[in-house]
Amino acid sequence: MAAIAPGVALGLTLGLALLGAGCTKKAPAPPPPVAPMRDTTPPPPDAPVRPRINSFTGEPRSIERGQSVTLRWSVANATDITIEPGLGAVQANGSRQVFPNATTTYTLTANGPGGTDTRTVTIEVASGAAPPRPAEPKGPVITGLDILTREGQDAYFDYDKNDLREDARAALTRDADVLKRIFAMDSRFTVVIEGHCDERGSAEYNLGLGDRRATAAKEFLVQLGVPADRLKTISYGKERPQCTDANEDCYQKNRRAHLAAAQ
Amino acid sequence: MKRGFLIGISILGVLGVALYAQKSDIISTIIGGGLPSIAIVDMRGSGAAQENMSTFNATLYDEIKQSGQLKMVAKSVYPLQVPQQPADFKAPLNGRPNGPWLTDWSVAPVGANYLAFGYTAIQDGKLVLFGWLYNVGQPDVQSAQVIGKLYFSTADQNGARQVAREFAADILAQFGRTSLIGSKIFFTTDRMGPGVKEIWSMDYDGKNQAPMTSYKSLTMMPTVSPDGAKLAFTTFARGTPSIMIMSTETKRLIPFYNQKASVNSQVSFTPDGSKVLFASTASGGYMQIFSSNVDGSDIHRLTSVRAVEAEPKINPKTGTEVVFVSGRGGPPQIYKMNIDGGDIVRLTTGEGDAVNPSWHPDGKHLTFSWTRGFEPGNFNIFVMDVATREVVQLTHGMGRNENPVWAPDGLHIVYSSKRGRGAQIYTMLADGTQQQQLTTQGNNTQPAWGKGTSQ
Repeated sequence: MAAIAPGVALGLTLGLALLGAGCTKKAPAPPPPVAPMRDTTPPPPDAPVRPRINSFTGEPRSIERGQSVTLRWSVANATDITIEPGLGAVQANGSRQVFPNATTTYTLTANGPGGTDTRTVTIEVASGAAPPRPAEPKGPVITGLDILTREGQDAYFDYDKNDLREDARAALTRDADVLKRIFAMDSRFTVVIEGHCDERGSAEYNLGLGDRRATAAKEFLVQLGVPADRLKTISYGKERPQCTDANEDCYQKNRRAHLAAAQ
Repeated sequence: MKRGFLIGISILGVLGVALYAQKSDIISTIIGGGLPSIAIVDMRGSGAAQENMSTFNATLYDEIKQSGQLKMVAKSVYPLQVPQQPADFKAPLNGRPNGPWLTDWSVAPVGANYLAFGYTAIQDGKLVLFGWLYNVGQPDVQSAQVIGKLYFSTADQNGARQVAREFAADILAQFGRTSLIGSKIFFTTDRMGPGVKEIWSMDYDGKNQAPMTSYKSLTMMPTVSPDGAKLAFTTFARGTPSIMIMSTETKRLIPFYNQKASVNSQVSFTPDGSKVLFASTASGGYMQIFSSNVDGSDIHRLTSVRAVEAEPKINPKTGTEVVFVSGRGGPPQIYKMNIDGGDIVRLTTGEGDAVNPSWHPDGKHLTFSWTRGFEPGNFNIFVMDVATREVVQLTHGMGRNENPVWAPDGLHIVYSSKRGRGAQIYTMLADGTQQQQLTTQGNNTQPAWGKGTSQ
């Protein structure tokens, strides 16, 4: 290889002159030409990802004895998830109704190869004077939410459509009766009608389409005498699918208006 | 001499030619054939500076290669003696070779138009790069020099990467295009866990992925103002989907008044950033296109039809034209109108679902996703010449491809692609080549590409 020593001084002068820029420091000599080095350092191994509890909530946070509480949770990166007391092993995401008899702290524990994450939720149970304790054989009090969960029906739609099919009208007609019953029982109960779409359209367009589906369902219920001020709507577009397979059965399940209790 | 010619052929001139010839692979032929070629020597460092030179060399090479603006000469054909500084060149004496010379690089088998070389050293604890770019077609060293510059940074791996990027940016700036260095891609990700979506940002090459939002809700559909300073998105954090606008620099929210509506979403900024268009149900009924000031005041409804309308996009060049998606004729298609709501015309043929329009910085071309010829949901990415309505399909048989958006350089497109299980963000050249996957964790969708604000 050519020795560059004699050229170094000249090279630097020339280089710096060309560079201009007012640099007055003496530049070091360039390195002698050698074979390029190889990088032999292996990359560090990836550490296992720590399990993470994204959310763990109980709604409502305080109840009368005999009422229900909905626990909701979302966990990432865990292999083994439990909720104690009472629920045991659960899925990574879900919700469950519980009927605590006394103030209870529920602990969500997420275990995975990367460690453990825990979170707790405490539900206050008012057990004060004169608890509305039902007679032994009657079981817990039936709430509006219970009725809606058990008897509410979804209205289904065709692809890219928001008009109500015959089966959707039939479902909503039954829903109207259910809602009237609930509202008669619980004067504060309000309902959110969720509009959903399947995964095939664009997310942006589906926000508008889901909104129309929810609105179409609401308008139909109002026509049947359900008070409009007890019905809210929200469009989830394609963001909250019931079912995530890529087939028409699943797509149909996701093209729906769904009745939920307002938070 | 070469440069004027190069600037003359824009990619879209190229697209036009390709469309005219009804053969989209002509695009790539002309891009490849028309680009100048560059040789980049593996540079070395003096003493301790050598430590991070493999990082430096890899970064410099990748930056130039991924720009799509220069053709890379294979290193295997480089001459044995590579220069480290201008003094290493020896002009021929009396017409006879006298040592390493410019023609070593300009003639076959190298055949380069440009040569990047230099070296690094540590001075006062700082890493210094002495970088040169030569046009090796010139007769002598003085006229060959295009760049001769010092670059300073910290004496570590990050510093090596930084000087490489700065040198690459200076080289690319010679070729008349906006550099992507410093630009940011914003996108929607669910990597935190199912049911939660947030907006994240990353560099144009997928590096430095970091959250912009943390509402632990559904937060999505990012768009950026033309100056790169403002990020708009749609979030369920307040219940129904509503608009938020944030400074990309400070991540502080900029006040935006949301109309009482079941949906406020999908912001597009005017070129001067003073006004926005968005999709909203503010008038009751179907989601329609509205305009307002950038703070949400002075709202006007632009469209009025019993059909869903979405995704308004203001022409970044003229500021007077808008493309948007509408179901007014049946399945969603792309339409164009004036910014006052007049002169509505359909741009796509009515086949399939046509959604996600994005303007090229030249204001003459669009990229969008279309299911034409496929089942609903099987989107591919297309480019359209708005004047002639002619289209070229860029993706073929590679899953579901959506939300294409032009890069600030007008040469690249960023999009999301679902190939197999999850959706990920990719970039490609506007001819559909050089597809690069930028994300891997969770599902990543809805990219938006913002200019660097520091440039």
